[in-house]
Amino acid sequence: MNNKNKLTFHLDVSDFLPAAEEEKQSLAVMRESVSFWRDGLRRFKRNKLAMASLVVIILVLLFAFVGPAVYPYSYEQQIRGSENLAPMEYSAKELARIESGESVFPHFLGTDGHGRDIMVRLMMGSRISLLVGIIASALILVIGSLYGTIAGYFGGRVDMVMMRIVDIIYTVPDILIIILLMVTLKYPMKNLAENVPGFEWINTIGVGLICIFIVFSLLYWVGMARIVRSQILTIKEQEYVTAARALGASHSRIIRKHLLTNVMGTLIVTTTLQIPSAIFTESFLSFLGIGVAAPMPSLGSMAAIAIDGIYTYPYRLLAPAVMISLIILSFNLLGDGLRDAFDPKLKN
Amino acid sequence: MSELLLNIQNERLSFFTPAGEVKALNDVTIQMKEGDVLGIVGESGSGKSVTAYSIMQLLPHTGRVVGGTIEFNGHKINEMSEKEMQAIRGNEVSIIFQDPMTSLNPVYTIGNQIREVIMLHTKKNRKEANERAIELLTLVGINEPAKRLKQYPHELSGGMRQRVMIAIALACEPKLLIADEPTTALDVTIQAQILELMMELKDKIGMSIIMITHDLGIVANMCQKIAVMYAGKIVEYGTVDDIFYNPQHEYTKGLLRSIPKLNDTEHKKLVPIEGTPVDLLNPPKGCPFAPRCNSCMKICLNKMPEYTEVNEGHISACWLLQKKEFEQGGK
Amino acid sequence: MGKYVAKRVLTSILTIWLVATITFLLMFLVPGGPFLAEKAPSAATLEALNKRFGLDQPKIVQYKNYMLNLLQGEMGESIKQRGRMVQDIIFSGFKVSARLGGIAILVAVCIGVPIGCIAAFNRGKWLDSLILFFSTLGIAVPGFVVSTVLMVIFSVKLDLLPTYGLTSFAHYIMPVSALAFYPTAYISRLMRSSMLEVLGQDYIRTARAKGLPQFKMIFKHALRNAILPVVTYLGPLLAYTLTGSVVVEKIFTIPGLGNEFISSIINRDYTMIMGTTIFLATLLIIMNMLVDIAYKIIDPRIKFK
Repeated sequence: MNNKNKLTFHLDVSDFLPAAEEEKQSLAVMRESVSFWRDGLRRFKRNKLAMASLVVIILVLLFAFVGPAVYPYSYEQQIRGSENLAPMEYSAKELARIESGESVFPHFLGTDGHGRDIMVRLMMGSRISLLVGIIASALILVIGSLYGTIAGYFGGRVDMVMMRIVDIIYTVPDILIIILLMVTLKYPMKNLAENVPGFEWINTIGVGLICIFIVFSLLYWVGMARIVRSQILTIKEQEYVTAARALGASHSRIIRKHLLTNVMGTLIVTTTLQIPSAIFTESFLSFLGIGVAAPMPSLGSMAAIAIDGIYTYPYRLLAPAVMISLIILSFNLLGDGLRDAFDPKLKN
Repeated sequence: MSELLLNIQNERLSFFTPAGEVKALNDVTIQMKEGDVLGIVGESGSGKSVTAYSIMQLLPHTGRVVGGTIEFNGHKINEMSEKEMQAIRGNEVSIIFQDPMTSLNPVYTIGNQIREVIMLHTKKNRKEANERAIELLTLVGINEPAKRLKQYPHELSGGMRQRVMIAIALACEPKLLIADEPTTALDVTIQAQILELMMELKDKIGMSIIMITHDLGIVANMCQKIAVMYAGKIVEYGTVDDIFYNPQHEYTKGLLRSIPKLNDTEHKKLVPIEGTPVDLLNPPKGCPFAPRCNSCMKICLNKMPEYTEVNEGHISACWLLQKKEFEQGGK
Repeated sequence: MGKYVAKRVLTSILTIWLVATITFLLMFLVPGGPFLAEKAPSAATLEALNKRFGLDQPKIVQYKNYMLNLLQGEMGESIKQRGRMVQDIIFSGFKVSARLGGIAILVAVCIGVPIGCIAAFNRGKWLDSLILFFSTLGIAVPGFVVSTVLMVIFSVKLDLLPTYGLTSFAHYIMPVSALAFYPTAYISRLMRSSMLEVLGQDYIRTARAKGLPQFKMIFKHALRNAILPVVTYLGPLLAYTLTGSVVVEKIFTIPGLGNEFISSIINRDYTMIMGTTIFLATLLIIMNMLVDIAYKIIDPRIKFK
């Protein structure tokens, strides 16, 4: 008892008065509650790698879509006498023009065997790759999520039949079928563009690109459909969906309001990660010479052309190779960052 | 001190996370003799599991003991290397985890997982270990033990798996068994069976048990001593009778008010404890329970209360007790 | 188990048939039909050719004949390499490709798995960051870029390795590295994340609580579980290796099936395209089936229906 009484010497009676509610509250440090999106955005912003790749993607987008417009050369323009120039080299003609006081825009990356400026071809090639990646992913997103939502939401026999179809498409070796379709679709597409009025636009976009889109939307959506379906199946069991149904909400309203909003995170992440894989496939096809048709450049076909002259001009390979790796890398990192921020469950 | 099986003195333990140091344990002192059954109660995050895991050094690598000593069965635990610990774990001290569904490796048979621990700590060969495993399964009340040994975890029910976990824990007849909420994930009827089994085995083997739970009903039936933890601190410590019939800390009182009693004649309302626990990243300098305490005083917010001995073996850290003494001393 | 295998075999056969049929139908989109290609020869040769390839018969009969022949392993005569049967060309090319692809898969698994584990055990340390950096880079660089960069460095600049053919050990180095590059990176990432996940599981804590030594805990309890995703990746890996070998074989001029496939596309050798597609598809589907069955054997949790 004695040693404890010592304690009381430096205590004050007023200390033992009841504390006010406000004083108590000031101590209860509550972490502020944040919404799912705000929280995700905060986590995403803290991810330096993902932010950096976002910046790179924006720069590449500018390079590919604004670049060719301000660049003085065009991608199909063949400059006579300026064939096979090294980076920053000028042809004899151009040197003469410079001497006469004209300013000649330099060929940053040199020119190819046809006298085409490689820099602007790189811009166009990146544009094609990005377009393919983004449009193909958008197609996959729409088809896959619709299919998956319907299968998952209605369940039962509908789901059974729909998922069996997915299973079969899933086991079909995609690249082989893509190559097969690319080879065979060309003729009917060309036919359509040349002979049927109203389909001239096919030629402007290019048969190759259209084929790529068709093939992607035929085969690549199954992964997305599976992911969306399994998400829907989980969410469907949640109480708030039962509550909504009990209140008489229609099928389409439940799908739109409750299910789609909840799978949004997954959709965004999966779509972002789909872009690099589509770009990968496109460059692969173009490299083999069955993708985007000349004179339209693609990063893959530029690399293929560079290989023919690999002994004489090895540097020509560098630009498309670095560009494609950079694009795929930054989309991968962006996707990873988005996943970590908005959909930690999706890891692996 | 040598007759003590477990002697934890002023243990302080922190997790070093990217967000900062989380002070998970604050001056925890626990002493146990052989054969004791100690209950540690408290809500999630109060540090009850961390205390138990630190005895076995089973914490994730971010967790470190930053002060105090842990002595178990003559070993100075916090000075031992990982290799030395391996000889003790599963041998002298074992643990049963909360979720039997995930605590067994899904890709190996039950037999494999029981034999493993036997062969690790004893000189038994595979055949002898198998016999011992059958013996253990019989001991924990599993029928057809020989057949069960060949089965995979997913082929057994939750209660069965927890029995298997107990068999693994008891395989080397440990001095101390730590049960980390062993029945939380089980059905109520199975809960009673498992607890009964544990008490039965305790007498057979003669071991001590640390029972970690948030269920006061379990500790009332099983334990001799109870430690009530709040925010990494033991706020009250005493025998079952002390805690249930003479609670001193406001948190303990709150806990007791929040359990339903079947034999109440009048209909009393259950009283929940309002508010949420403090953030251990920035622990308050005063009593951690102060913000939720109904009798909170000014001093509670600024100074950590010392332990006061209410009677022999019953201590509590609350300014109200100090106030009482202060008033008595003032007379 | 038997029931599962039977079901899996049945769906595989169905898929193979489906692929064969689709391939057959698609070929009729080609002007003149698959057995003729689009260049229109004179009426007399046309008739002769029609007879030779059985094109004078109705399409349904052609389909029936093709399928019946396929069942016996007959894929018809190559259009461009007259006199050679498609299945013979495929077989001789496949021998080369299978060896190359097999070595690449072996290399990818043998390097990727340990590297991924090492990264997981050193989580957050510099070694982990280094591995993560290279594996992230690895999955972003297409196979043709790797191949050509290797070629520029080791053949064009340093003149160390041969650029074409597949006749000696040195010939294998570059194609195998190019082919194994992506899967190695992918497997190491897969292995890292799955190992990290497994290390956080309750049963690993149980193993530690038993007093198991570190290496036994890792090799017995962690690895067996963590490797499961890698097993499931073997199917896609095979598909990748097949398509990757197309590029690699083209760049390094290796007389494999991939190269044969590409030249048949460029030469519009439609019987070859059909045959190769069906052959590769069948191979992939069967391999995927085997991987699925293997997975069920390794993971006892999955119950057989």
